Amino acid sequence: MNALPCTIYLSFTGALLALAAGRRSPGAARLVALVFALLAWGVALVAAFKFVPDAAGPVTLVDSPWIPQMGIRYHLAADGISLTLAVLTGLAATAGILFSWNVDKRTGEFFAFYLTLIGGVYGVFLSADAFLFFVFYEIAIVPKYFLIAIWGSTNREYGAMKLVLYSFAGSALVLAGLLWAYAAGGAHSFGVAELAQAAAGFSHGQQVWMFALVFLGFAVLAGMFPFHTWAPTGHVAAPTAASMLLAGVVMKLGAYGCLRVAMPLFPLGFAFWQPIIFWLALIGIIYAGLVALVQEDFKFVIGYSSVSHMGFVLLGLAAANARAVSGAVLQMFSHGVIAGLLFAVVGRMVYDRTHTRKLADLRAMALYKRMPFAAAVFVLAGLASMGMPGFSGFPAELTILIGTWQAAPWAAVLAAVGVLVAAAFTLRVIQVSFFGHDSSAGAAANPEPYAPITLAEKCGAILLLGATVLIGVKPDLLLELIRPALQTPFFQAVLKGGGL
Amino acid sequence: MSFDYAGLFGALRPETALVVGALLVLSLDLSLLKGSSAGARRGVALILGSLALVVAGWLAWVGPHGPVFGGVLVLDRFATATRVGVLSLMLLAMGTASCNRAGRNPAELVAVMLFAAVGFTLMAAAQQLLIAFLSLELASLSLYILAGFDKSRPESAEAGLKYYLFGGMAAAFLLFGLSLVYGLTGSIDLPAIAESLRSQPPNALLMVALVMILVAFGFKAAAAPFHLWAPDVYEGAPTVAASLVASASKLAAFTFFTRILWTGFYPVAGSISTSAVTPGWLAPLAAISALSMLIGNFGALAQQNVRRLLAYSAIAHSGVLMLGVMAAGDYGVGPLFYYASTYGIAAVGAFAVVGVVEASGGCQKITDLAGLARRSPLLAGCLSVFILSLAGIPPLAGFFGKFSVFASALRLGGLAGPAGWLVVLAIALSAVALYYYLIVLKQALIEAPAQGAGKIAIPAAAEVALVAAAVLLILLGVRPSLILGLF
Amino acid sequence: MSPSFPLLSLIVFVPWLGAIALLCLPRLSPGLTRILALAFSLSTLALSGLALCSFDPSAAGFQLSEQHDWISSLSVHYRLGLDGLSLILVLLTGALGPLSILASWRQQTNPRLMCMLFLLLQGAALGVFLALDFVPWFLFWELSLVPAYFLIRIWGGPGATRAAYQFVIYTVGGSAFMLLGFAGIFLATGTLDFTVLAGLAADGSLATKLSVLGGFWPTAVFFGVLLGLAVKVPLFPFHTWLPSAYAEAPTGASMFMTGIMSKMGVYGFLRILWPLFPAALHRFAPGLVWLALGGVVFGAFAAMRQRDLKRMVAYSSINHVSYCLLALFAVCALSRPNPDAASAALVGAILQIFNHGISAAALFFCVGVLESRADGKRGLGDFGGVRAAAPLFAGLCGISMFSSLGLPGLNGFVGEFLIFSGVWGLVPWAAALSCLGLFATAFFLLTFWQRVFHGPRAGAAEKTFPDLTGVETATLVPLVALMLAFGILPQFLTVLVNPLVASWVAHLVLP
Repeated sequence: MNALPCTIYLSFTGALLALAAGRRSPGAARLVALVFALLAWGVALVAAFKFVPDAAGPVTLVDSPWIPQMGIRYHLAADGISLTLAVLTGLAATAGILFSWNVDKRTGEFFAFYLTLIGGVYGVFLSADAFLFFVFYEIAIVPKYFLIAIWGSTNREYGAMKLVLYSFAGSALVLAGLLWAYAAGGAHSFGVAELAQAAAGFSHGQQVWMFALVFLGFAVLAGMFPFHTWAPTGHVAAPTAASMLLAGVVMKLGAYGCLRVAMPLFPLGFAFWQPIIFWLALIGIIYAGLVALVQEDFKFVIGYSSVSHMGFVLLGLAAANARAVSGAVLQMFSHGVIAGLLFAVVGRMVYDRTHTRKLADLRAMALYKRMPFAAAVFVLAGLASMGMPGFSGFPAELTILIGTWQAAPWAAVLAAVGVLVAAAFTLRVIQVSFFGHDSSAGAAANPEPYAPITLAEKCGAILLLGATVLIGVKPDLLLELIRPALQTPFFQAVLKGGGL
Repeated sequence: MSFDYAGLFGALRPETALVVGALLVLSLDLSLLKGSSAGARRGVALILGSLALVVAGWLAWVGPHGPVFGGVLVLDRFATATRVGVLSLMLLAMGTASCNRAGRNPAELVAVMLFAAVGFTLMAAAQQLLIAFLSLELASLSLYILAGFDKSRPESAEAGLKYYLFGGMAAAFLLFGLSLVYGLTGSIDLPAIAESLRSQPPNALLMVALVMILVAFGFKAAAAPFHLWAPDVYEGAPTVAASLVASASKLAAFTFFTRILWTGFYPVAGSISTSAVTPGWLAPLAAISALSMLIGNFGALAQQNVRRLLAYSAIAHSGVLMLGVMAAGDYGVGPLFYYASTYGIAAVGAFAVVGVVEASGGCQKITDLAGLARRSPLLAGCLSVFILSLAGIPPLAGFFGKFSVFASALRLGGLAGPAGWLVVLAIALSAVALYYYLIVLKQALIEAPAQGAGKIAIPAAAEVALVAAAVLLILLGVRPSLILGLF
Repeated sequence: MSPSFPLLSLIVFVPWLGAIALLCLPRLSPGLTRILALAFSLSTLALSGLALCSFDPSAAGFQLSEQHDWISSLSVHYRLGLDGLSLILVLLTGALGPLSILASWRQQTNPRLMCMLFLLLQGAALGVFLALDFVPWFLFWELSLVPAYFLIRIWGGPGATRAAYQFVIYTVGGSAFMLLGFAGIFLATGTLDFTVLAGLAADGSLATKLSVLGGFWPTAVFFGVLLGLAVKVPLFPFHTWLPSAYAEAPTGASMFMTGIMSKMGVYGFLRILWPLFPAALHRFAPGLVWLALGGVVFGAFAAMRQRDLKRMVAYSSINHVSYCLLALFAVCALSRPNPDAASAALVGAILQIFNHGISAAALFFCVGVLESRADGKRGLGDFGGVRAAAPLFAGLCGISMFSSLGLPGLNGFVGEFLIFSGVWGLVPWAAALSCLGLFATAFFLLTFWQRVFHGPRAGAAEKTFPDLTGVETATLVPLVALMLAFGILPQFLTVLVNPLVASWVAHLVLP
């Protein structure tokens, strides 16, 4: 368990070594990256298996003074929620590296940026000091720009800049709110638990506005309507591995921030803004789903579907009872895996071979005959995305529905409509992209067979599929980690009516 | 007033070392090296100059503490730290000077730099209005010369002239303001002035004096609306001069004016902690800060010239540093010093990179940096560190600088008053800033090199300076208590 | 309590194991692939035969139960159980599954994938009939859509894309609201187990608990569950997906869909909606009776107007299945129904489930045979005098048609007769109106019989029209045999369900 911070250190070390290895050969860089990502993931998995929850709060991993003049400590701690997300990070990272096996331009730098991003993400999930949290959060921002701007595709510079500026703006809001809370609390400490205690004494007005700043900042990163427009553009522009990571894990940073920092610190503020958050989450679910339904670019469909699924996460958080929030965390994990799968198929398996993402073109290619493995993977990923039972999305959505009903039944009805919309756009895109009818134009345009699906791609796909099926069949594996974390005193102020 | 000359001499040992060094450089160059090659002359001058700086820095560090010569100078922790900081920044800038291959007067350059250093170190410790003004003028005159040093380019002459004219005007304002203060309070010692002001009601003349002092402050710190000289000077002056103006001069100026304002004028500071603003010099300072941040950030967006971009960014950073000044009275100078010194390191580094690229074929437009990653990975890496530190990205020092300044400013009154609103403005504008910093990095790391642009060879001294600056930024970013612990 | 031998789990999962086996054997020849698939599919019949042996109809509750903890945070268990109703449906699935595969024997495009999909579909259907806790039940319910979708999409007719999409979206839409309803139920009661919930409903506490939700939400829960089931059956007016889906699907898939998948909906009504919401059902039954009548009458009249034979049979499916629902709603419409009428109606509904499965599957197969002989054409006017060209086929097809019609002596009669007599004793005007459906059914089936099989040889039958091949005979003969057997000896079916229905009727009187 105390080895858990090694996830961070291994990632950063791996980044430097990959950069150096890249000077020798691309293959060396890939290998180094894969080894370190696997090691870090392994550490997270082992820690998750052996985890014994502590009823008082997260288990401290490292706690040493850092900047005593400002009450900042290097404090890392983990509870079930952090572990769940750390395992997700490792999984998405490993799969992402497997799906980037064919990157041969500036390979060392690619994996260096990638692993730096991963290290920052691990750090966010393990931080127990708000300053440290923020530092890791910001460390994750700059690699995103370069990953997209150098190795991306459509509109990459615009997409990269938009994504980074939105992320930075979000983090700026968070900074303002946290600093205000720190200052108003007497500037003693930046520890999350200590800030929460200090914030308990703030006036209602202070809590309302502090919450607004911090939650809004995190929600931008989580793709909450109407601040979600960076997500489809950015994810489409990004190279496959980056989109897998961005949609799969980095968006979860925002939701995690809402859950870990914004809500418990300012429960009064949360109560004030709760109806609006409900509405925005629901609009996000349905609106993004409807937009996905009419997209003509394969990757944009997936991009908007990410926004829609994150809406479910935000809905669960908005309902603010233990059941809904545990569903939200499970949905974070589930969607992380599923988004990874979807982007992997679209970007790596299809686009790298057919060089088109327009659904009109793909329709004429009847890809299920020429890429049966990719078709099967995409169908399974699509089913998972629809919330089909047997995959991880179903227990997550069911738990969120139950929890949402407990808080606001009308919201649950709208969420059910959202499930239907998700099924509609997912089925449409499966149908059009892979199961079109062979037209003579399509067959004549590209008569040679496509490059076979490589071993790396197969491994990555099976890894992710395995994860979603495993959690779909045995969600208790994660729910048993998540539930105790929500019953600690830290969350009690904000999770009302929480009978599990 | 006691005339403790021994104490004075002991306190001024760093300045002595610097002057000796300057004279040595000049005399050696005039005599022994008369017929030597330009490279040898430059090398000797730089080595001697660096030596002088190192010695002076060590002497400043181990020097005496406390008031000197009856309070004319005060060597408190703030002053000592600033003196060491300024000398270190100048040492880094020396590395930049080695790129100036075409310079025909290296010894004079080094000598004037050392004189400027004397001015800075005195500014850091000045606690009496006369010495303050003298030191300021010494530093400024040296900088005017440095700005116009490159006789091969008319832009340099223009820069020097503009800097001189603006600076002269600002100095006049300052002098007039200081004399008004003397008239009102009857003393030129800052503590005594404060005592006198405490018992006086604020009157219009005092306000005029304060405004004039603030004008000089704004000029020296390149803060709006007194910033008009900055873009032209940064663009026209030789790289060394620009880097000094951006780094050491700024640090010294902020220390100087912070001391004057807080030690001398704290009774009439007023308050901007809550929306009930009481009159004093904090309110105009807040206005200057806001204006600087706005003009600096939005001005930088439109720039195509990398040096002008750095100039506008300097204006923006000045605005944020003013926040540190505002909070320094209640919460100490630690954050302010940290930010100013690390900003200085980043600025020196950025100009050093520009200087090296300039020596290899010109570096005026941002696109001249294109393909830097291919042309010199070291330069690209160092530039990334400097630019990201300026942008405020952790774990670099620039991030923590901003963070600590914001934290101390918010402690004044939360978001209830102008101090808090300024913080919000600063945070918002940092997102704008990230945009133009990323544009620079995009050119350096992503774009392909221009046609015919080859590898860049970096002189050894510059390489050492660049790496040292980058390492310092990372180190100070990860362990800020190294500096904060000094206060 | 779990028995030592998990027979029910085997029944459900052996077809899935077969699908996995086929996945792992890509190089098997098509012939061997089909035979292997057939073998796995027949396992259901074999295993359910075993279950039949150990089944005691008169025992109350569920037999051969298996229960394991699954998702403890939601108190979800993996629970399977068998009673008379599920046994009948399992036997029906066991019969129709292999026959659907046999019906697709000649399919040349990717037979391995097709067989895999059929096996997956069969397993999912069996799971629906045997699961007794909402989550596993819903899992099988939703998973059954996937193979069905692909069967329609890949091997279907020209309109397959739209038909398949509509089919899935309608069903998923209904299921989303059913899911929502059960979310509410879980919130109110803390359990998703059907038997536990039925027990709570029986003593009235379920309604009390649901009223905790406040306002109109308890009724909304009822409607959510109703919607999910209604779309599947389908209940008029949620039937619009069906004609295209059944018509565009390949023959084997249509057989399975009409035989089994529509029964999943009716099963849902009997197993879930009625036991859990007797009061709500009673309250809304009059309206629901009208809807069922709509299905009966509309289905038959629409079938009458079809030129496409497959669509004709599809609409007739709506008609026949609506009889089952009519019976149920009629029983629920009265607060104190006549016990004899009620048990007649209910027994009739269950028999109709089984018998319609057989006869509709047979009819779709016959249309499939016609289609295969006529290069894909299957219009009413495309054939003539087939009896002269293929007498065996005509004979067997004729029996199927008359069974669907409800001719006494064939299996269709018993169910329909019991339903009519039951409904007459409960809601007489409804019985009277549904006679219209009977007339229309007779009309179009006889039209079909006459135009296609009698008269001069015309259309596709003009030139060569081979009679049934061996495989086709092997497909049709068992169906016809069942029709004859259960027409003459329906007691073999009724013996399984009579005690069950009797226990239902005994609890009918509402508080």
